[in-house]
Amino acid sequence: MSLLSYLINGISLGSVYAIIALGYTMVYGIAKMLNFAHGDVIMVGGYLIFTFVSTLNLPIPVGILLAVVLCTCLGITIEAIAYRPLRNAASSLAVLITAIGVSYFLQNVALIIFGANTKAFTSVVSTEPIKLFNEQITISGETIVTIISCVVIMTVLTLFVNKTKAGQAMLAVSEDKGAAQLMGINVNRTISLTFAIGSGLAAIAGMLLCSAYPSLTPYTGSMPGIKAFVAAVFGGIGSIPGALIGGIVLGIIEILGKAYISSQLADAIVFLVLILVLLIKPTGILGKKIQEKV
Amino acid sequence: MKKKIMSLCLVLAMAAMTLAGCGGSSAGSDTFKIGGIGPTTGGAAVYGIAVRNAAELAIKEVNAAGGINGYQIEYKFEDDELDNEKSVNAYNTLKDWGMNMLIGSVTSGCCTAVAAESSNDNMFQLTPSGSSTDCTANNDNVFQVCFSDPNQGIGAAQYIGSNNLATKVAIIYDSSDVYSSGIYEKFVAEAANQPFEVVSTEAFTADSKTDFSVQLQKASDAGADLVFLPIYYTEASLILTQANTMGYAPKFFGCDGLDGILGVENFDTSLAEGVMLLTPFAADAEDAATQKFVSDYKAAYGDIPNQFAADAYDAIYIIKAAAEKADAKPSDSVADLGTKMEDAMRTITVDGLTGAAMSWDADGAVNKAPKAMQIINGNYSLIQ
Repeated sequence: MSLLSYLINGISLGSVYAIIALGYTMVYGIAKMLNFAHGDVIMVGGYLIFTFVSTLNLPIPVGILLAVVLCTCLGITIEAIAYRPLRNAASSLAVLITAIGVSYFLQNVALIIFGANTKAFTSVVSTEPIKLFNEQITISGETIVTIISCVVIMTVLTLFVNKTKAGQAMLAVSEDKGAAQLMGINVNRTISLTFAIGSGLAAIAGMLLCSAYPSLTPYTGSMPGIKAFVAAVFGGIGSIPGALIGGIVLGIIEILGKAYISSQLADAIVFLVLILVLLIKPTGILGKKIQEKV
Repeated sequence: MKKKIMSLCLVLAMAAMTLAGCGGSSAGSDTFKIGGIGPTTGGAAVYGIAVRNAAELAIKEVNAAGGINGYQIEYKFEDDELDNEKSVNAYNTLKDWGMNMLIGSVTSGCCTAVAAESSNDNMFQLTPSGSSTDCTANNDNVFQVCFSDPNQGIGAAQYIGSNNLATKVAIIYDSSDVYSSGIYEKFVAEAANQPFEVVSTEAFTADSKTDFSVQLQKASDAGADLVFLPIYYTEASLILTQANTMGYAPKFFGCDGLDGILGVENFDTSLAEGVMLLTPFAADAEDAATQKFVSDYKAAYGDIPNQFAADAYDAIYIIKAAAEKADAKPSDSVADLGTKMEDAMRTITVDGLTGAAMSWDADGAVNKAPKAMQIINGNYSLIQ
């Protein structure tokens, strides 16, 4: 019975990782860069919703919508100011270092504006928890909303990429930037769009993360960000269904590792599994092997 | 060439200024310079701010009453953001300022890091709330106002046992934190002598301190009717929230780290209702000294002071008592002043807000009696 409840907790944690991992995976797939500031955009999303809903007392849907819009703008701005000028730099490390810089910048700005005191995030989910098997298992409203949002986002995103013109343009840019440009695709606009979608999702991830674990600090996004990055690599970076599978598997491993092996070693176990997967399948579970043509 | 000479002159002038600065601060001063270190931002900001304010309040009182041995006190507080390295940097900054004596650091980890440096200088260091024995062990210059962690762990186990609060106890502690693991170890050792059983022991670390579902589930499965939380209030607020979501409602019992839980912004304080903690200070205590301190603090800083504030307030009066006993002067060198103060500390007895007749043993740990509090109607109340 407790196994079942651990699994539910694992899937819930994993769904949050999956939504965050989507942001990493899309940006990596299309712009071939690791956006390490993604975790901090989540934190910004959390603070925005906190400000709108708890401080300004706006209705919850309005608050979420505003946060998504603002995070989208933030993502586009970060891309335009910090990443685009470096896109053609000699070393791809330049963008990576900039991303780490942006991450610290966001954390410190949040530190200045909101202060370092922990804020208790009021959950945006008001659904009553579901109790099963004579109340032996409780599934919280947050868990249900998180899992449903995760599946919905994943489906919509897959449809978007495969069925719309903009989505097809993304696929084309991810295959070959130069050729896509020759075919008349606006590469800059496509990459901006990717960042916009990734950052909008970050706001939703921030909302779900903080609803499930209601403590908000300027560093809230960093550890989940790293774990979600692991999830993205795990599932095969660049693959949208891979992010879903990677996130959920990672969440379950983390919770079960904590429950049955050691609550102190949970993180070590997560990374150990990552190493094993990468040794056996270097591209991750669903990653495609792309042959470099010479 | 002209430029070169010019820059050389500037360099010389700057060097001369630096040297002059050094000379000026160490000799010929006629005030005690007391430095303070603690987290005024970051996850433990509630503690640092309380210590900073209360020490300032006490210093103003002492100065108004004529200072220590006729010398006024100058005071400067540096933020360490709960980071060991920043705490040591703060110590060095204060030394450059000309500090004679140190109050801090506020938290155990930082205090231990600073103590390693200050013991080299034999700087007299009194920590209001760094409760780990590592702060004082092998450091003759470091003294504590609060209980040491072992004393808190033993005290908590004895309190739970002698008041029959529970038969089955679960523990959730932070294995990456010296404060938390220090209390945990002594609690478990003392629990063997008590009429309750420890049924579940689960840890978490600094990198995994958001999800406590597993730890709570295990405590619940083991049938624990009391969960012992020797941790800080930030994580405790998450544990209380998650236990509530799960529908698990044991008694929660903590140590002084839980003090501050009611101050978490936007936290639903009804979740903390009934939580018990061992802490030496209650703002609603009815003695005149406490009442005066609470009303003065509230007038100056707008908040009700917590235990850390009381510890820091006591710290200043302890320094005053020791300095008077030792006949300390600001013109003493840091190391000489340290030796004088350390000898005096081991002989004095001080009545303070956090305990009557506080005295110090050879290691620098304090002797006083613990008090238990319970959160009732959103306030800390002393259990009689």
